[in-house]
Amino acid sequence: MPNDGDISTEWRPTTSNDTLIKRARLLAQVREFFALRRVLEVDVPVLGERTVSDPHLDSLYTEAPRRYLQTSPEYFMKRLLAAGSGPIYSLGKAFRAGDKGRNHNPEFTLLEWYRPDWDENQLMAEIAELLESVGCASSAGAQRVTYRDIFLATVNLDPHQASLVALAKLASDIAQRDMSDESRATCLDLIFSFEIEARLPQGIVFVHDYPACLCALAQLGVDDQGVTVVRRFEVFLDRTELANGYFELLDAAEQRRRFSEDNRQRKALGKPEMPADEKLLAALDAGLPSCAGVALGIDRLLMYLVGAQYIEEVIAFLD
Amino acid sequence: MANYSTNEFRSGLKVMLDGDPCSIVENEFVKPGKGQAFSRVRLKNLKTGRVWERTFKSGESLEAADVSEQNMQYLYNDGEYWHFMEPDTFDQHQADKTSVGDTALWLREQDTCIVTLYNGSPLAVAAANHVDLEITQTDPGLKGDTAQGGTKPATLSTGAVIKVPLFLNEGEIVSVDTRTGEYLNRAKK
Repeated sequence: MPNDGDISTEWRPTTSNDTLIKRARLLAQVREFFALRRVLEVDVPVLGERTVSDPHLDSLYTEAPRRYLQTSPEYFMKRLLAAGSGPIYSLGKAFRAGDKGRNHNPEFTLLEWYRPDWDENQLMAEIAELLESVGCASSAGAQRVTYRDIFLATVNLDPHQASLVALAKLASDIAQRDMSDESRATCLDLIFSFEIEARLPQGIVFVHDYPACLCALAQLGVDDQGVTVVRRFEVFLDRTELANGYFELLDAAEQRRRFSEDNRQRKALGKPEMPADEKLLAALDAGLPSCAGVALGIDRLLMYLVGAQYIEEVIAFLD
Repeated sequence: MANYSTNEFRSGLKVMLDGDPCSIVENEFVKPGKGQAFSRVRLKNLKTGRVWERTFKSGESLEAADVSEQNMQYLYNDGEYWHFMEPDTFDQHQADKTSVGDTALWLREQDTCIVTLYNGSPLAVAAANHVDLEITQTDPGLKGDTAQGGTKPATLSTGAVIKVPLFLNEGEIVSVDTRTGEYLNRAKK
């Protein structure tokens, strides 16, 4: 926790020497993991002319010239993929304004990687291997569960089929307030964050096949029950969200449509609209290879490895 | 009054919720990998003392509550109201039974206590953590029983009844912890 303005102690790091050493070792292990698999490390800009339009992400920016601190290296990496880079990873800083809490800091360290010609199932297997190689014990192995099954098992509702009225009623009970005007996505996010996450199994858990309204930048697919799902997954480590991945959207027209929808929502929320990243769209037009990609929070992984309760225990200084 | 957005929520902040002034006890930021972020907030209703839990979407806001805490001197009780005075301005405030509550048991005239004002009127009164009060009624003391052993009920000058060691007598002054109502020690007159 931050000190109350006593400069004689405030200058000190919020982490320990032991954790500094563990962080250095973790970063080295990640780089070795990818070097052995011939995945190329790329060092893309953190300042960009454009930024995400996702209504739930706010970017920090510089004033003159106006440049945005990237919330993830995704757009730059997709342009590299479209230009024929082959498999790539980035290990660096990302920034998200306003994200501050026990597991969040506006500046954080993100590992993001893309596997051309792979689907999300192959990528989930590789994530489990990476986690085991850096010391995440998983005697039971990583578990996989669909978003539908974990919803049914925990709150007895089918997230794809349940009516918005039923979802909003459960969300209202959880939030202790009226949520009947909220969107399906907001209700699902709330139920998942407060009811389901805390009851996930321990260890490494992959939740996959998300409802269509939680699409972000993933492709749609059809599951074994014939329901349209998003080919998106999240990784949980002892019930803390660690990573989010997709079988990546390739269709420039669909991407443009989702950007417009983002901006419609931003406007409704009173947030500034973000012009589409035309260079990303042009790269999609030129042809992004079929690929799966994932972003993984290194700080949270380190929190798990050293048993930390607060993110400041694993970063050198809190802003 | 101003509005506070979820990113300004911190413990101790006074806000309005469902028409009542509340103090934020705790604010937890929760966000899925992609999607809506939330603040799960525990708030203490300053009128009832009850703690509520409520979840907000990030970016939502609450109106600030016009609530302040001030040290004031307790003057007297007129049978219906308790009267307090601000030491700097000599402004006087009267508080009813609802706002004084059980604190009445610990209020001695001239003592300083903490008055919570809501829209300028007393909402709650808290005594100092430790007060010294005279025993007005108790069974006679047992000589020699100073070390350990039993306790007995004693009525204090404010009407409060607490448990005190057997050796204490009427007319003696004791220190009491007002948060627990427990005897602390014998005080000098």
